[in-house]
Amino acid sequence: MSDVSLTVNGKRVSGSAEDRTLLVHFLREHLGLTGTHVGCDTSQCGACVVHVDGRAVKSCSMLAIQASGSTVVTIEGLANGADLHPVQAAFKEHHGLQCGFCTPGMIMTATDMIARHPEGLDEPTVRAELEGNICRCTGYHNIVKAILAASETMSKGAKGKAKQAA
Amino acid sequence: MYSVNYHRASSVADAAKQLKTGDAKLLSGGMTLIPAMKTRLAAPSDLVDVSRLKDLQGVKVSGKTVTIGAATTHYDVSADEKLKKACPALAHMASLIGDPAVRHKGTIGGSIANNDPAADYPAALLALGATIVTNKREIAADKFFKGLFETALKDGEIITAVSFTAPAKAAYQKFRNPASRYAIVGVFVAKGKDGVRAAVTGAGEDGVFRSKEVEAALTKSFEAAALDGLKVSAKGLMSDLHASADYRANLISVMAKRAVAAANA
Amino acid sequence: MGIEGVGARVARKEDKRFITGGGRYVDDMAVPGMKHAVFVRSPHAHAEIKKIDVKKAQAMPGVIGVLTGKELKADGIGNLICGWMIHSKDGSPMKMGAWSPLAVDKVRYVGDAVVIVVADTKGQARDAAEAVEITYKELKAVVDATKAIQPGAPQIHAESDNNLIFDWEIGDAKATDAAIKAAAHVTRMKIVNNRLVPNAMEPRAALGHYDKAEDHYTCWTTSQNPHVARLVMSAFYNVAPENKLRVIAPDVGGGFGSKIYIYPEEIVCLWASKKTGVPVKWVADRTESFLSDAHGRDHVSTVEMAFDRDNRIIGLKVDTIANLGAYMSLFSSCVPTYLYATLLSGQYDIPAIHANVRTVYTNTAPVDAYRGAGRPEATYLLERTMETAARELGVSPAELRRRNFIKSFPHQTPVIMNYDAGDYNASLDAAMKAADYAGFTKRRADAGKQGKLRGIGMSCYIEACGIAPSAAVGSLGAGVGLWESAEVRVNAVGTIEVLTGSHSHGQGHETTFAQLVNQRLGVPIDSVSIVHGDTDKVQMGMGTYGSRSGAVGMSAVSKALDKVEAKAKKIAAHLLEADEGDIVIENGEVKVAGTDKSLPWFQVALAAYTAHNLPAGMEPGLKETAFYDPANFTFPAGCYICEVEIDPETGVTEIVQFVAADDFGNIINPMIVEGQVHGGIAQGVGQALLEGAHYDGGGQLLTASYMDYTMPRAGDLPSFKVSTSNTPCPSNPLGIKGCGEAGAIGSPPAVINAITDALGIVDIAMPASPSTVWSAIRAKKH
Repeated sequence: MSDVSLTVNGKRVSGSAEDRTLLVHFLREHLGLTGTHVGCDTSQCGACVVHVDGRAVKSCSMLAIQASGSTVVTIEGLANGADLHPVQAAFKEHHGLQCGFCTPGMIMTATDMIARHPEGLDEPTVRAELEGNICRCTGYHNIVKAILAASETMSKGAKGKAKQAA
Repeated sequence: MYSVNYHRASSVADAAKQLKTGDAKLLSGGMTLIPAMKTRLAAPSDLVDVSRLKDLQGVKVSGKTVTIGAATTHYDVSADEKLKKACPALAHMASLIGDPAVRHKGTIGGSIANNDPAADYPAALLALGATIVTNKREIAADKFFKGLFETALKDGEIITAVSFTAPAKAAYQKFRNPASRYAIVGVFVAKGKDGVRAAVTGAGEDGVFRSKEVEAALTKSFEAAALDGLKVSAKGLMSDLHASADYRANLISVMAKRAVAAANA
Repeated sequence: MGIEGVGARVARKEDKRFITGGGRYVDDMAVPGMKHAVFVRSPHAHAEIKKIDVKKAQAMPGVIGVLTGKELKADGIGNLICGWMIHSKDGSPMKMGAWSPLAVDKVRYVGDAVVIVVADTKGQARDAAEAVEITYKELKAVVDATKAIQPGAPQIHAESDNNLIFDWEIGDAKATDAAIKAAAHVTRMKIVNNRLVPNAMEPRAALGHYDKAEDHYTCWTTSQNPHVARLVMSAFYNVAPENKLRVIAPDVGGGFGSKIYIYPEEIVCLWASKKTGVPVKWVADRTESFLSDAHGRDHVSTVEMAFDRDNRIIGLKVDTIANLGAYMSLFSSCVPTYLYATLLSGQYDIPAIHANVRTVYTNTAPVDAYRGAGRPEATYLLERTMETAARELGVSPAELRRRNFIKSFPHQTPVIMNYDAGDYNASLDAAMKAADYAGFTKRRADAGKQGKLRGIGMSCYIEACGIAPSAAVGSLGAGVGLWESAEVRVNAVGTIEVLTGSHSHGQGHETTFAQLVNQRLGVPIDSVSIVHGDTDKVQMGMGTYGSRSGAVGMSAVSKALDKVEAKAKKIAAHLLEADEGDIVIENGEVKVAGTDKSLPWFQVALAAYTAHNLPAGMEPGLKETAFYDPANFTFPAGCYICEVEIDPETGVTEIVQFVAADDFGNIINPMIVEGQVHGGIAQGVGQALLEGAHYDGGGQLLTASYMDYTMPRAGDLPSFKVSTSNTPCPSNPLGIKGCGEAGAIGSPPAVINAITDALGIVDIAMPASPSTVWSAIRAKKH
């Protein structure tokens, strides 16, 4: 057993867990953040993607204790109060989800993807970047559409802010 | 996963000390080790985490010499601007490993220490004639990769960095297993001061290897056309559900040709 | 169409919780005192159980219980059943082998559950599971159905000789043989439909909770039909009487058929909860899902399609062997019979059809309905054969299909079905136009210049959805009725709850069902809540599968709304002192037609509940229930066109365009319908190019994780061009046909027709992986 201390969705949290506890299980079972899911055993489906220290990672392939001291953002921490994150809003508007199980991982992957591509995204890039996220419901068509739309919205927003600053 | 004790190393020396505990294993990105532990295929008693050691992180380029810290993630290798200039082929290769989330955690040191027969780095380092630096010595890539999941590393030995001289031309082409997305065949070709080297991953029954056939043809002429009609032998190549040895042999010549074309582009 | 009514492209109400991490799936449920279960499963495909020793496991840290099949049987828990009786052509009933929820004497496939271990944590349960000592005597296994029915094959169940479950036929053998004899041309093929694993992204899970004080059980489970689960667990497995058993299927992360069935694990978790005194939760790993979820397809068929001189089909003869795995799953028997052979007429006017189907036990996971269930197998067989016939006859694939299309309705096929409406030329025209079929020759030539092989393929599918009517399916052997129920509860302030027996696991019922209420009563969809998935809340219902929720489930809602509307009109007529026949409901108001006299909807609702001023003799309240039993199946149909480009050096197939033109009848929400088609196509393309379950000869599943089973990823697929046309379904009040399975049914033959066109070959095995395509190219060269 070890003490795990994290900043999760802006809050300092700590708890005691077996060293073999995966980050995803710590989030789900110790912190009650059940939005992060487990869909496979081989770190391929991406239902468990969260951000650790600003980068998308698979929380099923990382021990909670490995993450101790880090900052974690989960799907529950993405919206700003009642205001949906632009990626969340785009998934809803473009019907980028059906059963919802892969959705938290998809959205966390998409926000990371958009952040790493400030120059903007095109369809082949989005499809290639979704390599590690499997969806069985949507055929990806509307997920790709939603991510492209969110990327567009966010780059407009960023430019708008840049203009305001100037 | 079986029970395990986790230690976060404070230095390479500390890690070496901790490694002496029970059946301890080094933990870097954990992208192979943790999934193997989850399925109980790996069962170390202790894990010694070196991923946060600053000394082991980062890419340095000095003249033609490139040095990459063992705990540098695939993403950081792929995105390093200095490396993109010095050896774009390696940055490109790193961008093809796994998926974005895996690249954010997985490290070059972890990849080569594991020496998975379908991993990408072993092909690159073999083709680049790289040197693997450990806390004890320096090992040439030609001597480092020993077979399936086997390396020249001794007990308690820790990879700290990888270094190589940037080649004049190089490229990597990968043909993925449709399911696992690991290489069925990956070919890294490099033309450097010591001539042409071509290394193949994903295909060999004994893991990564240099293709004599491809190297001979490319030594004559470093052009894709030099590989036209090249017949690669299927002997010693893996056969599985996804690819027969014959198919892999074909892919070696196709990927080599495409890699040369990319290197010359 | 209003902005939220029928036909509107409304964003989904349920999305809010899913995109913010607020979905509630079974694994998210926690009950005080809950413990964790792990199943010990057979590592052998076929073996006798000689001894089970649980002592070591029981002594492990955290272990609460280690329970075996013997104890389960001693407590009177029954065997799993198949709920659809099929009789062989000699009149004998199907040979159902016993399937104990925990194996007692024998295991019959790798993954067969043998022991349940309950412990404080899942890790401890797994540690203890490894300490359970089971002595097996291995037996020879057989995994290939065509081999399992050969004399001398290993006997899997004592109940069936040579592993034959039934030998069934449909149609007119004599007339079909005569047609083949008289034919100007006969196209003959062997058609293999590969075995698939459904792979809903949420693995199966169950949480069983026995409340000792109340002597009452609650089961949270990943189910597409919780009421049927309760009925079967109560009536056949003796878990508890229905009034003592509550089944809840909360948010469910996809089903695709695989969550219709009642599996051993939920039964065992409920029983184990009583036995151990703690709530017991089990969640499958992905590999466990691969091993133990019901698989789909796995047919081997031969087909003869006979043509006259004018290229009209005059007869179709089919012989099919269907692998049902080690045990008969809940609906396994109807899939290769009434959901398959009855669709063998396709979109074509075929005067004589005969099909013979043999179903077979093998030492593999049970096989049951997977998205499409029987209809993809029929469509694949027909549309591959049509393509081959067109090539043999030297006519264009479109022309051959057009010549044989059914053009007048209703149309009685020789295999039971009575098609009620359709326009097959319209879908074919729409698809060919969208695909720029005419421009293909040039595109092929351009690709050739780049060293690529281009091919184009089409598929004209028909399916039968909303299986019904209950009396008819009952006469064919179904153990249940296939109606649906609805209750519409208008609250005193006018807001509405709709309780439906349908279950949404991705289909968007919370939105589409509310859209129907909005259309009828003008109430905003945010004021309409859809309640489903809980046997304590909702009246008996039949669940969601076979594209039935729109055609059957919403028709039940529509029927209940008729009753609500009628009562509301009576109340309004009374309050407004008008004639009941003059009352109309529009935009949330109850009006006297042609006057300015009106009441807001909520006032009518309030009046119903205050009951201060109701028509004489009227009961208070505004709540109505309806059960809807359809008069016929529905018949969605369409045309899919796939264009591929193949890299001959590597064998990689790229889908350069995929067009779907579907006729689903009336549509409630086009956005959701398109989403269903996209997902179905991805699964169909997956079957054709990527997916296949492979067992080795000893019965080990080689594709037991995503490392070896290829799931379609974003990079494997293009964006799709989808469109719909509409011939409304005449047999239900909403004119809906259903759209859930079409994509998975129509697409595999389109893909394979395109690949064989590109390569100039007759056939290629699914999945046409790069190595398979490369081998086919090489075989052709040599």
